Amino acid sequence: MNFIDLIMSHAPALLVVIPLLGAFLTPLISKINDKVRNIFVIGILGVTAVFVLLVAQQVLDTGTITYVFGSSLQTVQNNTVIRILFEIDALSIFMALVSIILAFVASIYSWGFLEKETGQDKYYTLLLLMTAGMLGMVLTGDLFNFFVFIEITSIASAALIAFWTNKAKAVEAGFKYIFISTIGALFILFAIALLYGQYNALNIAKLADSITFTYLDKIALIIFISALAMKGGIVPMHMWLPDAYGRAPAPISLVLVGATQASIYGVFRVLFTLYGNVIHLPKISFGWILVLLGLITMIVGVIMAMIQTDFKRLIAYGAVAELGYIFLGVGTGLTIIANPDIGISSAPFAVEAMKGSIFHIINDALDVGLLFMVAGAVYYATKETSLNNLGGLARNMKYTTIFFIIGLLAISGIPPMNGFASKLLIYESTYQLNPIISIIAILSSIMLLAVFVKIFQSVFLGPKLKKFDDVKEVPKSMLIAMGIIASIIIFFGLFPDLIITNLVEPAVNALIHPENYLQWLTGGL
Amino acid sequence: MKGMSTIVKTTANISFPFILIYGLYLIAHGHLTPGGGFQGGAVVASGLVLMLVAYNTEWISKRIKESHLSIFESLGALSFVILAFLGIIFGTAFFSNFLVGTETLFGGIPLNGAADINTGGIIPLMNFAVGLKVIAGLFAIVYIMAHFISKKEEKIA
Amino acid sequence: MIANIPYVAVAVLIIIGLYTVIFRKNLIKMLIGITIIQSGVNLFLVSLGYREGGIAPIFTSVPNTDSAMMYPVPQALTLTSIVIGVAVLALMLSFIVHMYRHTKSLDVRQFGGDDQ
Repeated sequence: MNFIDLIMSHAPALLVVIPLLGAFLTPLISKINDKVRNIFVIGILGVTAVFVLLVAQQVLDTGTITYVFGSSLQTVQNNTVIRILFEIDALSIFMALVSIILAFVASIYSWGFLEKETGQDKYYTLLLLMTAGMLGMVLTGDLFNFFVFIEITSIASAALIAFWTNKAKAVEAGFKYIFISTIGALFILFAIALLYGQYNALNIAKLADSITFTYLDKIALIIFISALAMKGGIVPMHMWLPDAYGRAPAPISLVLVGATQASIYGVFRVLFTLYGNVIHLPKISFGWILVLLGLITMIVGVIMAMIQTDFKRLIAYGAVAELGYIFLGVGTGLTIIANPDIGISSAPFAVEAMKGSIFHIINDALDVGLLFMVAGAVYYATKETSLNNLGGLARNMKYTTIFFIIGLLAISGIPPMNGFASKLLIYESTYQLNPIISIIAILSSIMLLAVFVKIFQSVFLGPKLKKFDDVKEVPKSMLIAMGIIASIIIFFGLFPDLIITNLVEPAVNALIHPENYLQWLTGGL
Repeated sequence: MKGMSTIVKTTANISFPFILIYGLYLIAHGHLTPGGGFQGGAVVASGLVLMLVAYNTEWISKRIKESHLSIFESLGALSFVILAFLGIIFGTAFFSNFLVGTETLFGGIPLNGAADINTGGIIPLMNFAVGLKVIAGLFAIVYIMAHFISKKEEKIA
Repeated sequence: MIANIPYVAVAVLIIIGLYTVIFRKNLIKMLIGITIIQSGVNLFLVSLGYREGGIAPIFTSVPNTDSAMMYPVPQALTLTSIVIGVAVLALMLSFIVHMYRHTKSLDVRQFGGDDQ
């Protein structure tokens, strides 16, 4: 039992280090055999998933965990914090759960999808590195560490987007992504330097304790929100997203959704925790800014999705529209929280909106992921991506059609899938803020349903085309991966109460009460 | 890419050992003077790139193969992570400096201003691991780019 | 007034870098613009560690005077940022080499979207 306790007390660090160790071992193991390497990668991600579940149980039982790198002695000496700290509260472990589910399913899917390609060992190394970067981004409690993990994730995902280097379009999409990402990350570093120069602290808890809202702090806040929202695909900074999602291999689009949502987690962490004590000071309401950005994202995403003819690009624009819902709900919550006159108890729709948003993070990841996997399966079977050339595939690929129907129902918010639960919470609560917002949200959901029904009719139904006579069903590993996500979607749709009370509500409480984050600092170590 | 004239080759021959020694000095004394893993590794990689530019690519590719570079890189990264893991077993937390203060190799307490290479704990070992990885990684980037450019007129789809 | 010169230099560098990224059409020139922005932000990070009348933060053989040392933490942050900049630069150059092989031109205007 002593060994188990030792492992569990170091579990927060192992979450990031085990994928890193696996990434460095993969070039050596891939010299043995292909199959051994695939089983090794899936094993490493499975062990990490088990650790995430164990740490989640610990966090939901006892509260925020902190882990200090380098020593277990005191980290606060002479009123400065001196070592790097991992701080895991309920929102962090929720995002880590989303990331590791997506990475694990992507590695199972890649076994079948990449069977005949070359350069596979570099692909798996970069996939493990990207997982380590995503997990580090959501678990850390130190601003500069956050920046380093953002860059790790950007570099790994840019190299993976340009995986098919024989196609010019894929390399161009990867270049666009890394170019815009680098400029955004440099400005994030500039804002971190602004905060560090004033308060001599890089730890998020120490900064939140000592921040006053000077002029430089306002500049830093604007830079943080703009750069992190740009990496999160919010209109009008979404230009890289359709190219990157549309031209990457299908399992990489799946993991990129996780990386995008980790950046949106960054926006929430900065707004609610870092500036938590002073969020009532600015004259303009940041809640309304978030609501407006969410509305514009929804409208532009759905309208651009209606005119596309490329399968994966259309799903990418659908993903943009879904990200708008997340900003909408949290913005509604922020308008009430930032207002010191109205308390939360007199406007309970704020908490309901935030619950719907946070639940929608995991629903959006699962739904869009399932649709991308179906698009990848169609590409694997027919080598076609344009909707004009596809048709009548339901006779040959039965399982893929069923999975597409599940994804279609889930992303439009139709019961009994999981999209219904989160979208109903968002509709109900934003109606009480302003009815027009709710009407726009419902309309864009209906238009998304129309778009996807059009795809369903043109790809799967219809007469059988001559050139698709010998199209077979996709290999078993891809079907297993799609089946795992579909079963999670149905489970979340049938029992949403279980997930909301156990996973979502602690996360929303962690956001609304930033003093829980500072407890290790103000309450003594 | 093509090589250069005899004067350049002779000068590169003479200055390459000095660059190598200077880079290894920077790596080894990283905990005492400014330097460390990345800085020293970048200097050594620059020396290797000097040899690559002075001679032509085939001469270098007969002596250094790409698979060797990949193995060195993985070895450097693996030893870094394993040293960090040993901090859990022998010390208190991840990345902890478990060799400082003991009387073994790399132990020793640094007195005021009288530190030498023996007082750093595991920091010199980590410097060596990072230096090895940086040498292999940076040189591999330039080497592969040189190979890619010198392949003439390959048909790309 | 003299102590403000590094910050003025940072502002000038970032503005020159942004101008190059926005208004130049050659891919290599846009890359050099990103490098100039990186230099500006690194200069900003390093110059945050200045303390009045201090000596360099090297622990071995310190002189016997009673002066303060400069703050060494921003130097570690800047080093990390420079390493990340090198890695990103190598990746972007590899992408440019690939794109040049496909399309034989370094103009950024050739990359149109394909939204119908």
